[in-house]
Amino acid sequence: MSIMRRRVLQAAAGAITLGVTATLSGCVGGAAQPASDGSGTTTLHLVGYAVPKEANNAAEKKFAETPEGKGVVWEESYGASGDQSRAVVNGLKADYVNFSLEGDVSRLVKAGLVDASWQDGPTKGIVTDSAVVIVVPKGNPQGIKGWDDLVKPGVKIITPNPASSGSARWNILAAYQQVIANGGTEAEAKAYLTKFFNNVVALPGSGRDATNAFLQGSGNVLISYENEAILARQSGEDFDYIVPDATLKIENPGAVLKEANPKAKDYLNFVLSTAGQEEFVKKGFRPVVKGTPVGTVEGANDPAKPFPVPSELFTIADLGGWDAVNAKFFDEASGIVPQIQKATGKSQ
Amino acid sequence: MTASAVAPLVERPDAAPSPNRRGRWRRRRTTALTPVAGLGLGITMLWFSLLVLIPLIAILVQASSGGWQAYWDALTSPQTAAALRLTVSQALLVTLVNIVMGTAIAWVLVRDRFWGKQFLEVVIDIPFALPTIVAGLVLLSLYGPSSPLGVDWANTRVAVFLAFLFVTLPFVVRTVQPVLLELEPEVEEAAASLGASRYVTFRSIILPALAPAITSGAALSFARGISEYGSLVLLSGNLPYSTEVASVRILSYVEGDKLTEAAAVASILLVVAVLVIVVLDIISRRVARHV
Repeated sequence: MSIMRRRVLQAAAGAITLGVTATLSGCVGGAAQPASDGSGTTTLHLVGYAVPKEANNAAEKKFAETPEGKGVVWEESYGASGDQSRAVVNGLKADYVNFSLEGDVSRLVKAGLVDASWQDGPTKGIVTDSAVVIVVPKGNPQGIKGWDDLVKPGVKIITPNPASSGSARWNILAAYQQVIANGGTEAEAKAYLTKFFNNVVALPGSGRDATNAFLQGSGNVLISYENEAILARQSGEDFDYIVPDATLKIENPGAVLKEANPKAKDYLNFVLSTAGQEEFVKKGFRPVVKGTPVGTVEGANDPAKPFPVPSELFTIADLGGWDAVNAKFFDEASGIVPQIQKATGKSQ
Repeated sequence: MTASAVAPLVERPDAAPSPNRRGRWRRRRTTALTPVAGLGLGITMLWFSLLVLIPLIAILVQASSGGWQAYWDALTSPQTAAALRLTVSQALLVTLVNIVMGTAIAWVLVRDRFWGKQFLEVVIDIPFALPTIVAGLVLLSLYGPSSPLGVDWANTRVAVFLAFLFVTLPFVVRTVQPVLLELEPEVEEAAASLGASRYVTFRSIILPALAPAITSGAALSFARGISEYGSLVLLSGNLPYSTEVASVRILSYVEGDKLTEAAAVASILLVVAVLVIVVLDIISRRVARHV
């Protein structure tokens, strides 16, 4: 018996040691190095959130026609913005990243992968803009015109979960800040948000899940982004959307990694040129560079005038920046949103 | 998780105590000393460590890295506590239903002959094979607002129950089926000829033989239930304090870069799973012994 037990222990100890060594050696390998082989082609790695995939692909094609972009081959990975950012920290190879939230680039700065000066450019690190919009079923049967109509009885709101999806935070902040932009107090804004959450019927995991749940017919209002609404209508979805009078400007960052191939910087410069911006505009994003020609955008409410300017278009900076916003609104213990959810969740 | 992974769990030697225990012990001891068996044991332990033990330890280390305070704060957060309560209670409920319905389905599949049996045999495994997000879509169209049944259970607790039920259906069926196939009808006939009623035969002959298999299936179905995420994404609405399950809490913590809290919730799920498996095992031994 004792012999056997010793054997088991020996085997176990050996196995664990082996396992640990294997794990450690796995972590050490695969340091980033710019890929460039002799045949004149350069491979660039793009890691991004899923929505701007088509726009990036179109921009890559145009980039290839420029002298800087000649011979660039792309390897891309798209997914949920937060997941993609964590993947890069955990070793996913990237030269250029395109995320939905500033915080997802800040994570890379903290990990030492992106230079702290990434926001020094004229657009402050932002490559695309959009706006928070209200999506309703075709024909707008409930006659919804703006934020005030969302807290009426019978309205069933779907918005992605602000806890599990970082991008979902834009929506909640827009609903809150529009009260203040219209001259309300913080208390009134909080009261509005409470009524808003009383009408929320689902908080799906991501923006895409929320759109799917809405299209399947649960809920009659979806809080979404202008570019997503336009893209979905371009691909044949049949719904209406409303750009409220007061809403939040969405700003999506793009950044080049420290160890990146120099061509990645050229790509970022191209994206920030009017030629690059045009490709993003075609897919429903608002341009961040002045003078970008905005032609006809299919899928917009008015394709000839795709981006109506709301009377109040506030930004995250107006709310104090992401760090302040995350602490004030989304902190697990003291944040405004978890507390409102606690109050409304228990009454449901 | 496939049916083949389930099968070995069925034949647990400890469930039916062998009369010549000492003899078996001696044999085991001698085989443990041969080089081939030693190699086998080494490979088993290595495989097990790489795939299970080391990741489990990593979770526990991660959970404890923020100190007890962070651990405690995560678990006493009312939202997390509500999510854990919902997840565990629904998983237990679903497991109870599976124990009854799974055994009944296995019985029908083994003992009865009917038109379409082959088809049913194949269809039973679909919840295994279907990606859970697809299961979510299926469930949403069946029980959501455009339901052909005229119900709307989307974004309610019923949705959580139904999603758990859907993904855990095959477990008990697939563990009980092979044991039932092996069960000799002669024993039941003998019991009947000795005057035992059908109930007594079931209680004293069939149930003790099936108990270990039912328990394995129940344990698997519970474990699968508490970890479910994909099929709920579209269906449950993730409403805090109402329909939010533990896995969504974990995901939220990960998204907020709070890995310690995420690991804390994960470790609680681990402990609950182990507890339930132990309790089920005790019940199974009792039933198996009760002849």
